[in-house]
Amino acid sequence: MAYSVSGKSIEADEEGYLVDINQWNEELADLIAKDEGITMSPEHWEVVNFLREYYAEYQIAPAVRVLTKAIAKKMGPEKGSNKYLYELFPYGPGKQACKIAGLPKPTGCV
Amino acid sequence: MADIDVPVLGDPAEREIPAIHPGAMAGSKPYVAQAVHQEPLGFAGELPEDWQAKALGRMGDLLGRYRSLQVFMDICVKCGACTDKCHYFIGTGDPKNMPVARQDLFRSVYRRYFTPAGRALGAIGLGSLVGAKEFTRELLDEWFNYFHQCSQCRRCSVFCPYGIDTAEVSMAARDVMNHIGMGHKYANEIIGKVHKIGNNLGLPAPALLDTLEGLEEDVKDETGQDVKFPIDVEGAEVLLVTPSADFFAEPHVLGLIGYAKVFHAAGISWTLSTKASEAGNFGMFIGNYEQMRKISMRIREAAQELKVKRIVFGECGHAWRVAYSFLNTLAGPWDFLDPRYPVPQHILEVTDGLIKKGGIKLDKSGNDGMVLTVHDSCNVARASRMGDCPGGQFTIPRDVIKASVPKFVDMHPDTTHEKTFCCGGGGGLLTDELLDLRVKGAKPRMEALKDVIDREGVTHMAAMCAICKAQFTKILPIYGYDREMVVSVHQLVSNSILLGNND
Repeated sequence: MAYSVSGKSIEADEEGYLVDINQWNEELADLIAKDEGITMSPEHWEVVNFLREYYAEYQIAPAVRVLTKAIAKKMGPEKGSNKYLYELFPYGPGKQACKIAGLPKPTGCV
Repeated sequence: MADIDVPVLGDPAEREIPAIHPGAMAGSKPYVAQAVHQEPLGFAGELPEDWQAKALGRMGDLLGRYRSLQVFMDICVKCGACTDKCHYFIGTGDPKNMPVARQDLFRSVYRRYFTPAGRALGAIGLGSLVGAKEFTRELLDEWFNYFHQCSQCRRCSVFCPYGIDTAEVSMAARDVMNHIGMGHKYANEIIGKVHKIGNNLGLPAPALLDTLEGLEEDVKDETGQDVKFPIDVEGAEVLLVTPSADFFAEPHVLGLIGYAKVFHAAGISWTLSTKASEAGNFGMFIGNYEQMRKISMRIREAAQELKVKRIVFGECGHAWRVAYSFLNTLAGPWDFLDPRYPVPQHILEVTDGLIKKGGIKLDKSGNDGMVLTVHDSCNVARASRMGDCPGGQFTIPRDVIKASVPKFVDMHPDTTHEKTFCCGGGGGLLTDELLDLRVKGAKPRMEALKDVIDREGVTHMAAMCAICKAQFTKILPIYGYDREMVVSVHQLVSNSILLGNND
């Protein structure tokens, strides 16, 4: 499949994860989120931006626990929970947020 | 998820044989692996024109290599004992999900090309008289769809009077398909990551180190104790090999914290390894001996490089099957390890032994308010053992749970011990595009769980396999339950273990 942003076609795999993560931009993130039934709020962006920063350093999305701790630090302890992340990304913070952030899908028994 | 028709849960004591819905799951299939996932494993990148000859050649190899497969092909008498024993048949009603029908996809090709009667009658178009079928492209597509609707859980084989193991037939079929370029993307992409990065998740060493440091901080904050999560420590006594999901996902990581606390409290030196940062071995799911061996060899190399005396496996169902049943032939001999301990050992054996000998102490109030049941993982239940007496794989996890929680209740006996049902996501089917199948396949387990929730007030279900934990986290909410109902067995140990003053 492919996404179309500003007249440009951006290639994705069968599930909608980007083939080339360097093609990502914020407009595309909004579009992927819309496909997933999510309207991006500042809270969604906090998560997506953290995922991208972590990925840039470690070439993998952060573990769920690393993510919840980082969100608690940035947005307050009441938001540092798995439950809160599922409220933002109902299909699961790992996979759905990664897709919107343009990162590869976490694989394995997760 | 709106398009998933969630099964209605009935009474596990009066489970009905479902009405037949031919073709109900004919469209269910995983993504086909692309050349980029196939070729690094030594498999064809795509289906060649002469795929049929290549497939039959590989079938011949496997029939010669595995006597069991040859016997399973010849011995079925179509008695029907297996028909209603598969969770995917129970959940979908698709008759091709009856184990005998699944086997027959393979057997009909076997009869056509590998038996005298099938060859003779098949040549004049009368193969159907002896259950022989032409290996057409349509039949190959059916193989792909229905051999990826088998989680290789082996429940049907418990009820087969001849002991025919559909899992082995599924593994053989998947191996043939990989050989001709029709692999399963989820499994093969993951195996590629094991070779390239070291684990199923693709978690590189720096990220793993960062994650473990974070866990040390968390446990220190929570308990005040310096519980370590050592990695690549040469000379440690124990090498812990655990599924990479234990580093990444919930509730898996809570189990990992439990293992660390057990080693800490018992004073056992241990280490993880960046090289063997994965217990899982998807080589088994795709039925490929060479991959299974290559993945196992990492554990041997890590054990030798780190000069450990023991190897302990974390909570992973199929890893324990490979470890318990095959590790010696795949990666042995293990004569460099301490002979006083089983090779390999399961973390539940370690913890159970320590509880019974007083090496660690538990306080059940750490799990106050919880009423537990346990989901026996298929590969632990039917393909391995724990401890030194028959049935240890059932008693040891239960003993550990009972020592950790105030109340424990077993589910309906038709769904536990050797008759346990698969979680619905085993055998390499834990992938998003198969979610509909996974939800339907979980039906019999969910019925038994609902029953003990309603009758006994069960609040949580413990699992001892990373796949089971991920599967239930995903499907419990779809059935209307809290995703956090599924817990790691060692999460319960973690909540109840006394640290610090154990003398």
